[in-house]
Amino acid sequence: MNILTSFAYLVAAVLFILGLKLLSSPRTARKGNITGAMGMLLAIVVTMLDRNILDYTFIIAGLVAGGSIGAFLAYKVEMTAMPQMVGLLNGFGGAASTLVAYAEYLKMTAREGGMAAGTTGDVWVTVSLSVLIGTITFTGSMVAFLKLQGLMKSAPVLYKMQKQINAVMFLATVALAVMFVLDPTDPLPLIAIIALSAVLGVTTVIPIGGADMPVVISLLNSYSGLAAAMTGFVINNSVLIVSGTLVGTSGLILTNIMCRAMNRSIFNVLFAGVGADYEGAVTESVERTVVRYTPDDAAFILENAQSIIIVPGYGLAVAQAQHVLQEIATLLSADGRTVRYAIHPVAGRMPGHMNVLLAEANVPYDLLMEMDQINDDFQSTDVALVVGANDVVNPAARSKKESPLYGMPILNVDQAQTVMVLKRSLNPGFAGEDNDLFYDKKTMMVFGDAKGTLTNLLQILKK
Amino acid sequence: MSETLMVSITIFTLATFIGIEVISKVPPLLHTPLMSGSNAISGITVVGSILSAGEGHAGLSVILGMIAVIFATVNVVGGFLVTDRMLGMFKKEKSGKTDNNAA
Repeated sequence: MNILTSFAYLVAAVLFILGLKLLSSPRTARKGNITGAMGMLLAIVVTMLDRNILDYTFIIAGLVAGGSIGAFLAYKVEMTAMPQMVGLLNGFGGAASTLVAYAEYLKMTAREGGMAAGTTGDVWVTVSLSVLIGTITFTGSMVAFLKLQGLMKSAPVLYKMQKQINAVMFLATVALAVMFVLDPTDPLPLIAIIALSAVLGVTTVIPIGGADMPVVISLLNSYSGLAAAMTGFVINNSVLIVSGTLVGTSGLILTNIMCRAMNRSIFNVLFAGVGADYEGAVTESVERTVVRYTPDDAAFILENAQSIIIVPGYGLAVAQAQHVLQEIATLLSADGRTVRYAIHPVAGRMPGHMNVLLAEANVPYDLLMEMDQINDDFQSTDVALVVGANDVVNPAARSKKESPLYGMPILNVDQAQTVMVLKRSLNPGFAGEDNDLFYDKKTMMVFGDAKGTLTNLLQILKK
Repeated sequence: MSETLMVSITIFTLATFIGIEVISKVPPLLHTPLMSGSNAISGITVVGSILSAGEGHAGLSVILGMIAVIFATVNVVGGFLVTDRMLGMFKKEKSGKTDNNAA
């Protein structure tokens, strides 16, 4: 590699870092993304000028095909389907890493006449790691994609000795890697590593339930970065190492944030199969009554309120009611009321998902408040309007030690003067825990489909 | 351990610290664009795949390289474009209020 190429790669890496830095504020974020894209363009152009490239046919064909598929996906995808999209892209990144590492292996063994003379063992270690992580990322992401897209049941798939079988497969992969490093001329162990990792990717993701997908997607995001970094180790390319590592840490940080927001350890998410014993977790239902209110009652209370905090949950997005909700919010704030949104970190199906869904519905981002920013304001708020959220506002998380939700940080909606809950039914949320909030005296339950109720409410408010 | 590997490990370690530093400053508001955008960046594997695909002789490694180019390019193009599309939706309140960075 000549000095100029190396220098260009350095510039590309710096552009990636600057791009991510600009993502720290919504005002500069778009510029940051473009900065990153410029870095990528530079890296690709410089690579194309490499003297070792003798034939451009396959490269151009690949770039055109991949570019059109990518552009098509990017413009077509619905914002609600963002988690699947990211899952799919993670997987593709992983697959590319495996393929490059394997192609590099073929090149190295061919060059050195079958025997890997002069090549030290480390290269083969990195090749093994690269195909291992890349392949797990690929098949794991495909399962995550199928689950999120609804093409596969999102409930955990559990079977006997699952963890033990996975552990044995993993150890077998390590043993194969050792065999491969000792005698890299034989490609069979490497192929076996790929096959086993492919199975491992599937068997480690199927036991994870639908509601834990934000964690899985973040973790796979991290893997896809690691896979790219490992490929960088294989082909000795610093820009791959730097960018892959950045993505790896990003995914890890997000995984950590998601776990904390659910008060679960990553171990619990990956291995506990939460959600499978859904029926069993439902507490014995004591006969309690809730007071039903109509949209008319709700409109009356909202009109007499000065400050309102809206708490959206994924149910809102499922009902596609974001736009109506924002119309209501605009209408209410036009009369001088303070209307803000409180976003729980796990509202949605991936980190930050709810913010994107509301931004799409033209909610200005300065009205979207993080949990820590707004949680103390509930006590001085007239109405907390909960739409399609459940577990993230369940006070059991604070008080009920035996509850699966216990310890999870929640939005303090119960501290508002009045709590208004728009919900389909009293069914418990994902955690299976009955929500005491619904039975509270100051809570107004308005039953019905979120979109229908909100549309109704909007019409009444307009009068 | 070879010297090249040691250099790679050094870069990897330092990049981890930069990553933690930079990423932890991204607000939760932008975590989805962060994921799709960083995803595009991990498509940097395209660089490796271009080198594999352009070797000239039509061996297996060239075919694998081309498939890798396709996958990585989907990742790059799809990731950056969808991130741009999303970020375009984030708008500030456009009422008469002036932007005083009230936080």
